[in-house]
Amino acid sequence: MTESRNPEALLVADKITRRFGGLLANQDVCLTLARGQLHALLGPNGAGKSTCINMLSGDLPPSSGRILFQGRDISGLTAAQRSLVGIGRSYQRTNIFPKFTVLENVRLAAQSRRQQPWRIFTNAMRQQWMLDKARAAIEEAGLGGRAERIAGVLSHGEQRQLEIAMVLATDAQVLLLDEPLAGMGSEESGKMVELLKRLRQTRAILLVEHDMDAVFAVADVITVMVNGQVLESGPPAQIRASIAVQEAYLGQEDSFHV
Amino acid sequence: MDFASFLIQTLNSLQYGLLLFLVASGLTLVFGIMGIINLAHGSFYMIGAYLAFVLASLTGNLFAAIALGIPLALLFGAFLEWALFSHLYKRDHLEQVLLTYGLILIFEEVRSLLVGDEVHGVDIPAVFSASIQLSDVLSYPVYRLVISAVCIVLAVALYFVIQRTRLGMMIRAGNHDRVMVEALGININMIYRVVFALGVALAALAGMLAAPISSVFPNMGSHVLIISFVIVVIGGIGSVWGALVAALVIGFADTFGKVLVPELSGMVVYLVMAAVLLWRPEGIFKKG
Amino acid sequence: MKFDISTAFKLLALVALACVPLAGADFYTELIAKTLVMAIFAMSLDLLVGFTGLVSFGHAAYFGVAAYAVALLSPKYEAASLWYVLPASVGLAALAALVVGVFVLRTKGIYFIMVTLAFAQMFFYVFHDTPLGGGSDGLYLNVKPTAEIAGFQPFDLDNPTHLYYFILAMLVLVYLFLARVLQSPFGRVLVGIKSNEHRMQSLGYVTFRYKLAAFALAGGLGGVAGFLYSVVFGFVTPELMSWHQSGNVLLMVILGGMGNLVGAVAGAFAFVAMQEVFSMWTKHWQLAMGLMIVAAVLFMPGGLSAVPGRIKRALQGGSAND
Repeated sequence: MTESRNPEALLVADKITRRFGGLLANQDVCLTLARGQLHALLGPNGAGKSTCINMLSGDLPPSSGRILFQGRDISGLTAAQRSLVGIGRSYQRTNIFPKFTVLENVRLAAQSRRQQPWRIFTNAMRQQWMLDKARAAIEEAGLGGRAERIAGVLSHGEQRQLEIAMVLATDAQVLLLDEPLAGMGSEESGKMVELLKRLRQTRAILLVEHDMDAVFAVADVITVMVNGQVLESGPPAQIRASIAVQEAYLGQEDSFHV
Repeated sequence: MDFASFLIQTLNSLQYGLLLFLVASGLTLVFGIMGIINLAHGSFYMIGAYLAFVLASLTGNLFAAIALGIPLALLFGAFLEWALFSHLYKRDHLEQVLLTYGLILIFEEVRSLLVGDEVHGVDIPAVFSASIQLSDVLSYPVYRLVISAVCIVLAVALYFVIQRTRLGMMIRAGNHDRVMVEALGININMIYRVVFALGVALAALAGMLAAPISSVFPNMGSHVLIISFVIVVIGGIGSVWGALVAALVIGFADTFGKVLVPELSGMVVYLVMAAVLLWRPEGIFKKG
Repeated sequence: MKFDISTAFKLLALVALACVPLAGADFYTELIAKTLVMAIFAMSLDLLVGFTGLVSFGHAAYFGVAAYAVALLSPKYEAASLWYVLPASVGLAALAALVVGVFVLRTKGIYFIMVTLAFAQMFFYVFHDTPLGGGSDGLYLNVKPTAEIAGFQPFDLDNPTHLYYFILAMLVLVYLFLARVLQSPFGRVLVGIKSNEHRMQSLGYVTFRYKLAAFALAGGLGGVAGFLYSVVFGFVTPELMSWHQSGNVLLMVILGGMGNLVGAVAGAFAFVAMQEVFSMWTKHWQLAMGLMIVAAVLFMPGGLSAVPGRIKRALQGGSAND
C-alpha cells in the first residue's frame, strides 16, 4: 500500500489474515497508522473489526501477514511486548481494575514504563515520578478530581475515560481504541471527541467506533471492513460518497446515515 | 522380560488404564460441562468399593452387589448434585476446592463410622475365578480380563451416548452455552444432575470392579483422585477421548515403570505430566 | 506507620502472644508455638492465593523440603549452625518452588490447581519411596541448631522459652517483610495480576515472570515455616508434604479471609483451635472439621476477616449483603 510514501507511518498491517478453524475472520487486511492521523475502522457487526484490532494489539496472533512498527516486524511480539514498544490499547468491554482507585489504576499503567521489580522494599505510593505521570494522564483524559474514587463506582463514561488515561500513562505512541464512545451520552461523547482531536496531534490513533457523527468529526482516514475484508479505504468524503459502502450498511441496525 | 511376562504387564497396563479411564471420564465431564473442580471424586471410587464389599457380604455375590450398587450410586450422585453441587456453579474455583475437600473428610469419617477402618477383601465371582495359562509358570486371572472388557463396553457406550443421542447432544450443547440451551427449553438443571450422577456412578463402578483385586481400605480414593487429575490435565479438560488416551498412557507408564524402575515408580506418572505440560499446557486434546 | 484501630489491635495481639510463656503452662506454650509456625505457613500461601490469585494446592511441598533439609543438613549428633541451616533450607525450598513454578505457571485456573497438587505428590513420593529421606519412617533431627556466632550464643533453641520467642520473632519478621513487599511496585503488580491479569499484560507487564517470582518467594517463606517445624518437633515425615497438609494450609488462608496477612494468622489459629476442640469431643474430629468447612463455604464467603466488617455493618443496621 502507500506506507512507503508516508514518513510518519508508525504501525502498518501488511495483509494480515486470521482463521478460526474454517472461518476467515480477517483476510488480507492492510492498514496504516501515521502520527498526527486518526484512522477510523468501520464496518457492520461481524465485519472483523475486533479481530483486526486484536491482531494489532497482540491479543491474537495473525494466521498470516505481518505487522510492522516503525519499520520493524513485530508480528511475533506478545501484547506486553507491544505495549513496551509504544502501542497502547483500550478495550470495548471496560477492562480496568475495579477495586482500585482511579489513581492506582493509572499509576500501575505508569509503573509499567520503569518496572524495577527487584525493588521490593520501596513503597509504590511514594514514587513521585509514577504519581506525577499518573496525575498528568488523569488530567489529560478529563478525569481530574476523580483520582481518589474507586474505579468500579465510576459512571460508564468515566470508566471509558479511565481506559484512555491508562493508555496515556504508558506513553503510547500508537493508540488502538476500541469503541471508547460506547454507551456515552452526548455531552460525554463531545468531550471524548475533543480529547481525541487533541491526542491525534501527537500520536497515531486507530478508532473502532459505531458513532458515525463522532467518526466523521474526527477521522482523517476511514477504512470500511465487510466480511473480514477491507471494502474501501480513504478520506471521509470519499467514504461518505461511496455507493459500495452504503450498500454494505443497508439493512444494518446502525444504518449509514450521516 | 520374556514374552509371557510382557503380555501380563501389557494386560495389566490395559486393565489399570481402563479403570482409571472410568474414574477420570466422570471427572472430566463434570469439569468440562459444569466447570466444577471436585476433589471428592476419589471418594466416589472409595464409596463404590465399600458398597461392593457391604452388598456382596449381604447378598453373597458380586453381581448382585454391582447390580444394586449402580442405581444406588446414581441416586447418591443426583442427591449430592441437588443438595450441594448445584450451589457451586456460580462460585469460584477456590470455594469449590474447599467445599469438596471438606466432603472428602466427611466421606472418610462416615465410612469409618459405618464400616470401620479394617482392610477388607471381596471375593471374585466363582465363574471368573479361573486363570488363563500363558506359559509353564505364568497365568493371567480371567477376572482382570473381565474388568477390561466391561470398561471397553462402557467406553463405547459413553461414546455412543455423547456423540449419537439427544441427551449427548444436549450435554455437549450445555458445555458451550448454558443460556442458549435454556432458551431452547431444555432443562439445564436436569442435564447437570444427570451428568453429575453419571460421573459418580462411573467412579463408583470402577471401585466396585476393582474391589476384588485391590481390596477395600481407608483412603483408597486419594491416590486414584490425584492420578485422575493428572489424566484430565494430560488429556484436556472436557475431552472424554483425551481422558481415554491419557489413562492408557498412564496405565502403561505406571505399570511398566514399576517393573523397570521400581525406585522411581511413584514418580513416573508425574514425570509424564511434567513432559506434557512443557509441550502442551492445555492438555493434548482441548475441550471437545 | 499509621496509628489506627487496626494497628492497635495488631500490637495488642503481639503483646498477648509475647506473654504466653510467662503464663507458665508448658502445654499451651508448645501448642501456640506450633500454631505460630502454621501462621507463617499460612501467610506464605496467602501471598500466592490471596494477593496474586494463584490457588496452589501443593504448597506443603516446600514446607516439607525445608523441614527435611534441616534434618538432612544437620550432622547426626551435633548441632548445626542456625546461620547456615536456616538460609540453606529456606533457599532449597525457594529453589524447589522456582523449578516447579516454571512448569505449573504455564497453566491457569482448574489446571493450575490440579498440577500444583500433582507436583506436590511427586515430592511426597520422592521422600516416601526413596531412601533419601529415610522413606516412610521419616527422619529425626536429634540436635537443634545452635545460634552460636564467634563463641557467643545469643539464645539457645533447646530452651523452650527461647524457642518460643524465636518463632514469634520470625513470625513478626515474615509479616513485616510481606507487608513491605506487598506495598512495593513488585507487590502492586501481583495484586494487579489477581485483579485483571489480561490488563496487566496489555499494559506491558510480563506476568509470567512476576508470578514465578511470587511462587518462589512464597515457597521460600513456606520453607521458613518448615524449618521451624523441624526444629520444634525434631522429627519429619513425608506426611508434611501430603496433600492433606496442603489442603489444611489452604483452609487456614480461606478461613482467615484472603488477601489479608493478619487474617492468615487468624485463620491458622482458628484452624488449630478447631482441630483441638473437635479432637477433644470425638475420635472422628475430621467429620466435624469437614462439616464445618462445607458450612463455611456455603454460608460464609469472605472468611474470618470479613467478620469485623459484617459486625460493623450489622451494628449500623444495614443489610448484611456484601
